[in-house]
Amino acid sequence: MSPLLSAQGIGKTYGTRTGCRDISFELHAGEVLAIVGESGSGKTTLLRCLSGHIEPTVGRVSYRMRDGRVLCLTDMSEAERRLLMRTDWGFVHQDAREGLRMGVSAGANVGERLMAVGARHYGNIRAAAEDWLARVEIPGERVDDSPWAYSGGMRQRLQIARNLVTEPRLVFMDEPTGGLDVSVQARLLDLIRGLVRRLNLAAIVVTHDLAVARLLSSRMMVMQQGQVIETGLTDQVLEDPQAPYTQLLVSSVLQV
Amino acid sequence: MTAQSYNFAYLNEQTKRMIRRAILKAVAIPGYQVPFASREMPMPYGWGTGGVQVTAAILTPDDTLKVIDQGADDTTNAVSIRKFFEKTAGVPTTERTGEASIIQTRHRIPEKALRDDQIIVFQVPIPEPLRFLEPRETETRKMHALEEYGVMHVKLYEDIARYGQIATTYAYPAKVGDRYVFDPSPIPKFDNPKLDDCPALQLFGAGREKRIYAVPPHTKVKSLDFEDHPFEVQRWDEPCAICGSRESFLDEIVTDDKGSRMFVCSDTDYCAERQRAGARP
Amino acid sequence: MDTVLRISGLQKSFTLHQQGGVTIPVFNGLTASISSGEAVAVTGPSGRGKSSLLKLVYGTYRASHGAIEVRHEGSWKDIVSSAPHEVLEIRKKSIGYVTQFLRVIPRVPAEMIVAEPLLERGMDEDKALDRARGLLSRLGIQERLWHLSPMTFSGGEQQRVNIARGFAAQFPILLLDEPTASLDAQNRERVLDLIAEARKGGSAIVAVFHDAAERQRACSREISLT
Repeated sequence: MSPLLSAQGIGKTYGTRTGCRDISFELHAGEVLAIVGESGSGKTTLLRCLSGHIEPTVGRVSYRMRDGRVLCLTDMSEAERRLLMRTDWGFVHQDAREGLRMGVSAGANVGERLMAVGARHYGNIRAAAEDWLARVEIPGERVDDSPWAYSGGMRQRLQIARNLVTEPRLVFMDEPTGGLDVSVQARLLDLIRGLVRRLNLAAIVVTHDLAVARLLSSRMMVMQQGQVIETGLTDQVLEDPQAPYTQLLVSSVLQV
Repeated sequence: MTAQSYNFAYLNEQTKRMIRRAILKAVAIPGYQVPFASREMPMPYGWGTGGVQVTAAILTPDDTLKVIDQGADDTTNAVSIRKFFEKTAGVPTTERTGEASIIQTRHRIPEKALRDDQIIVFQVPIPEPLRFLEPRETETRKMHALEEYGVMHVKLYEDIARYGQIATTYAYPAKVGDRYVFDPSPIPKFDNPKLDDCPALQLFGAGREKRIYAVPPHTKVKSLDFEDHPFEVQRWDEPCAICGSRESFLDEIVTDDKGSRMFVCSDTDYCAERQRAGARP
Repeated sequence: MDTVLRISGLQKSFTLHQQGGVTIPVFNGLTASISSGEAVAVTGPSGRGKSSLLKLVYGTYRASHGAIEVRHEGSWKDIVSSAPHEVLEIRKKSIGYVTQFLRVIPRVPAEMIVAEPLLERGMDEDKALDRARGLLSRLGIQERLWHLSPMTFSGGEQQRVNIARGFAAQFPILLLDEPTASLDAQNRERVLDLIAEARKGGSAIVAVFHDAAERQRACSREISLT
């Protein structure tokens, strides 16, 4: 089976400043890749290039569509790309407010993607929304509440439900647990971990937290100054780090 | 200043040509909002400057103009616009729907079926139906271009979730010619079925937002809905207290300070014509 | 019996960049081969790389040179040169690894931890949980603990959950790192029984045992690291 997503020589520059450069990798169906690195290492820039939010200065991102065609993101029509982004892809923002429609109810947030692909039966849409809320451990009676009335952890889970309702094959996550209490983080991570396995989701997770990478990902990419300095299986990178920076990163984690 | 010092219908010919080009484009792409260089008019925004410019651009000396506001010919807005064109264009005006060749309207479509030799001009405050959920103009234009209209149903979904039914009763979104979702201006949804397959040309002008759009004659206009919550128009329990009509859109009128009220036709010409024909409650 | 694991010319050294770039050599040309049905003990003094060898075979450590070939779905796959997703696939189907300590995941119940390798292979959840519960009960984990996260379990209990997980999927190659450490006599017996059964079932076992007597009971030969 050819890879789900493949990046070839991705680079993004802002004038003379480098966002990221010369990044190539392949992601297969069901794989979870963590991109780690400190702030400013270019991991979010890379994620935005991969997910079609910004266009890389150089390089190509290609994706195997549900019908088996492998298409380069920049060769797709905008309509095709946007359809892909709201059906076969998901994007989980660090700040749930960016990923949610805060002005409408939780149910409408989850149902929106279904309506966008043509669902026109209110009862079915609502049932699907309730089902998905349950799967992210939000009680059904909160379906008509505004996301403003939700806690941070619940908003994040709502955002995940909103993304997964169309059963995407690939989800991008930008620091999905950032800014949450530690106890809330653990629950969210476990939930994501379970969903990823049950749905055979592929995911690209940007995080600066090695524990998040350890728990969620099977593979890791370590970035520094816009470049990938080390890649490998997650246990490889964490237990047998090769690059000086990775060794520093791994040895800097506090043991609890 | 005398009326003779104005160009016919107030606007200069260049401006009218510019507006006509926008109208032609709007007719060619039913439901698409065409930007135009809206002019300052001698009346404030919100008083129908968009509709007035469209009317001015299509008006000829042979036309007969009718202006209604909420269905009535005798309200301030209707009277002032009618006088404006009487003064600047010298065209005859009428209150009778059947006698008018151009009808400018705010918030209603006449009850009497329109004909193919008539044009109806709507005054539009906010032309963008997606605005409620997506404030960015760049994004809404893209959504129209790519037919991404799922978000319109999010609004209707919210209605049902909150009120148990689609509670939107005016400016009810509809799809024109199976392509563009549009805002039929703040007409009651009672009037939405009249938009569909209408023999008359329907033009929409938004002065402040600088947009013109159109529904050409006999174009399909489908109000958005859900399979299990189909589109429905308002119904009243009682007939018009003056003419006894059960088919028209009724206004509630408070008749004294003790809370007495009555329901009467919002379309004054329709009501008057029925009375002339002897209709009673 | 058929050979299922071939190690040839294996070299491994660690470079510690945080400590002045000092290089620690571990293996310099190790060669070995292991067949299905046999159990091989890795022996040698502390610090000679017994656990490291298991980690190299599992792909957790990256070999500097050489090949570690694994029989996977009828063909040979080199762990050292395989792409990450291929290594994951090999781990899913062909190599199991029981580490010294269980990595506990918050909120995941013990029975789920044990069933996970089966679920990953696509077994349906009821069947996988059935097998998981059978193993937990064989290893003396009380039923009331099965649906709890092992977070609060004792060291011995955690290790038995870990062992159950390793044996659940009946891997053709099974790596065991001190499986009986921290267990009482009765549970040690149970683990030795499981090893014997796995061998009968055709698994090849590579194990590190602290205790010489157990080593001799469980294993048929040794790879000695001196």
